[in-house]
Amino acid sequence: MKMTKIVRTTADLFFPFCLVFGLYVVVHGHLTPGGGFQGGAVMATGTALLLVARAYDDVTGRIRKGAMKVCEAAGLLIFLCAGFSGLFAGRPFMANWLAPDGALFRTSIAHGPNAGDLNTAGLLPLLNVGVGIEVLGGLTVILLYMLSGIKEEKKK
Amino acid sequence: MTSRLLLALPYFTVVVLIVLGLAVMLSKRNVVKILMGLSLMESAVNLFLVATGYRHDSVAPIFTNVPAGPMALPTVQALTLTSIVIGVATSAMMLSFAMVIYKKYGTTDIQKIKKLKG
Amino acid sequence: MMDTFVMRHLPALLIAVPLFAAFLMPIVGGAGRVVRNAWVVLGALATSAVGLALAWKVLATGTVLYVFGAAAPHVPLPMDSGGIPIRIVFQIDALSALMVVIASLSSLGITIYSLAAESRQSGLETFYAMLFLLIAGVLGMVSTGDLFNFFVFLEISSLAGAALVAYRVDNGVAVEAGLKYALLSTLGALAVLTAIGILIGQYNALNLATLASRLQFTTLDKLALVLLAVPLAMKCGAVPMHFWTPDSYTTAPSSVTAFLVVSSQASLYGLFRILFTLYGPLLSWATFGWFLIVLGVLSMFVGVTMAIPQKDVKRLMAYHAVSQTGYMLLGVGVGLAVLGNPDALAKYGRTAMAGGLFHIINHAMYKGLLFLTAGAVFYRAGTRNLNKLGGLGHDMPWTMVCFMIGALAIAGVPPFNGFASKLLIYESVFRFSPFLSIIAMIVSILTLASFVKVFHSMFLGPRRAEFAAVREVPAPMLAGMALLAVFVVAAGLAPQPFVDRLIQPAVEALVDRAGYIAAILGGI
Repeated sequence: MKMTKIVRTTADLFFPFCLVFGLYVVVHGHLTPGGGFQGGAVMATGTALLLVARAYDDVTGRIRKGAMKVCEAAGLLIFLCAGFSGLFAGRPFMANWLAPDGALFRTSIAHGPNAGDLNTAGLLPLLNVGVGIEVLGGLTVILLYMLSGIKEEKKK
Repeated sequence: MTSRLLLALPYFTVVVLIVLGLAVMLSKRNVVKILMGLSLMESAVNLFLVATGYRHDSVAPIFTNVPAGPMALPTVQALTLTSIVIGVATSAMMLSFAMVIYKKYGTTDIQKIKKLKG
Repeated sequence: MMDTFVMRHLPALLIAVPLFAAFLMPIVGGAGRVVRNAWVVLGALATSAVGLALAWKVLATGTVLYVFGAAAPHVPLPMDSGGIPIRIVFQIDALSALMVVIASLSSLGITIYSLAAESRQSGLETFYAMLFLLIAGVLGMVSTGDLFNFFVFLEISSLAGAALVAYRVDNGVAVEAGLKYALLSTLGALAVLTAIGILIGQYNALNLATLASRLQFTTLDKLALVLLAVPLAMKCGAVPMHFWTPDSYTTAPSSVTAFLVVSSQASLYGLFRILFTLYGPLLSWATFGWFLIVLGVLSMFVGVTMAIPQKDVKRLMAYHAVSQTGYMLLGVGVGLAVLGNPDALAKYGRTAMAGGLFHIINHAMYKGLLFLTAGAVFYRAGTRNLNKLGGLGHDMPWTMVCFMIGALAIAGVPPFNGFASKLLIYESVFRFSPFLSIIAMIVSILTLASFVKVFHSMFLGPRRAEFAAVREVPAPMLAGMALLAVFVVAAGLAPQPFVDRLIQPAVEALVDRAGYIAAILGGI
């Protein structure tokens, strides 16, 4: 089953923008509405878009199930390791030890209305990135599995 | 008076949605529709959580730019997000179950999916 | 140095270790079978070690607090919070410690068992990842001191449990059971979430101790109580909400079934926590005591009567699991009913609760053992139908011995652990109401009758031609069963040390509501 060329091209065009916007939502999670889950979901929507516009095999050539599974596990590991890092800084699990005096993301937030600074919030951006990668992997895997299930059905 | 009615409106909606969800779950026989009913109830509970967090005349709890006055407690919003994420996972899993059942049994009718008995 | 570091962070490790094992599983799984199995064993050993060390620490030094993300792990109230614990707090008292011990022992036994039992299946990385998620969920449920956190772990254990129930697709039957389990769990969890919404809307707190100290018992609180108690009673498999148990327990792989028993006991823990700690003296003791007693007696009786005619051995055991849950509800229910009466509480109330709580750990061990032996029989003979089985005792002697130990324990025959806890329940309940005690004894006799029949039709009789190829199960499966069997025998021969060191502190923790609250709020 294939959509028209117009639809396919539009989907191809939109796909990178979906990813970039998702990435923006993930990275700015600690400043603007959104965060890891929302951004990851937006990125996974890109896959959904491709899946709607193109044939299944066409998409799996570009987005591999194995890689997405690794993404899922890696994201969770980043999250867990970020949690553990607090222990080695002499604080409890999940302690935000990077703010305000760690090496990274340590700027204190300026007082009053301001545009926001990415380099703040300590551990939170790291957690957001971990969750973002995990959700991207997880949702994509779910989408691919569900579609491969339907495909098997049609062959019969 | 109208403002109090407006404040109660989310709770009315919650009740209506829960009743609708339950009605769908009890009256429909298609598994997918039952799962849709469940989703509806999930949304209702999420709405309920968010609604409990509303405080009249309060401001968003953003530290750097706070006018005087009460702040809203952001916990419930965090709870709602968590519950939405859990909801996504649950729906995805149950829909895959429904798919497998359709493949194996050739039906999505809950009345006919009854190999387990006793 | 390392010791103190680990001991300090035990509660965090309790969750983080199984999660770590689960998340690395897809990556480790790619490195081959041996590496994966080694990783599974390592994960299980580490989880159990952390669990047991934590329980030891709690029993030696009292309630352990762990505040996630704070400046120091044991300070629940930040200076500027206005006396509210704003972070997630793990509060592990003696009752939680008991549950942690159960989960640790059981999880170790079943993971070792599953190494061999599941080796013929595909997709094992997912299986083990889900198993570790289930373990993490159960451990989280019993150690958290935060109501919403409890909900999250409840959902984690439900989701992982449902996925595991459906894992052997089995022509769709297992998936049907999984869907049923997931649907009911989700509905229950939604009710719990609504209750949480009601409570936080009124009291602006999620911490159990804080909520307990603020609770007014308004009409809304009563609604919240119903929305909390009913789903938890359903999740622990009490009659009349038991209908999911036989299906899920039957179709899940046996190792998973053995842990689903523990998972439903975690819900039982939740129910006790809500009734004793969260609502506590606001309730009318007698009413809610009798609520538990009636649930318990119904479960005991309906469970055992439904079990007797079953043909499928795992289904039969599942109904017995429902029936045994009744004993725990009965014991603790009697304790709750006389909680307001210090005289009766001292005379028999504490003993009844000790019996109920002791039965939880005993049940987890012997029921787990029985499910594992049923899985062993299915592994070799390929059927669970009692009418088709027979004569397996010749070729599977060790499985038979394990089954005998489990069966005698569940029937309450001395000197096994089931007898120890049932005796505590009989004598204390008899002083409360002789009638209830007699029902409990009758149910025990019926249980014995039912298991004698099962034993006879599975293991006795001449060798059968269709089971000529049957041999004893592989060593890991035997090791898993032996681990549980050793506990069953040990706790039966010498119950007193267990009761004194593990159970009595748990009873004190259950009764001592003020102590639970003071552990969090006392530091002001």
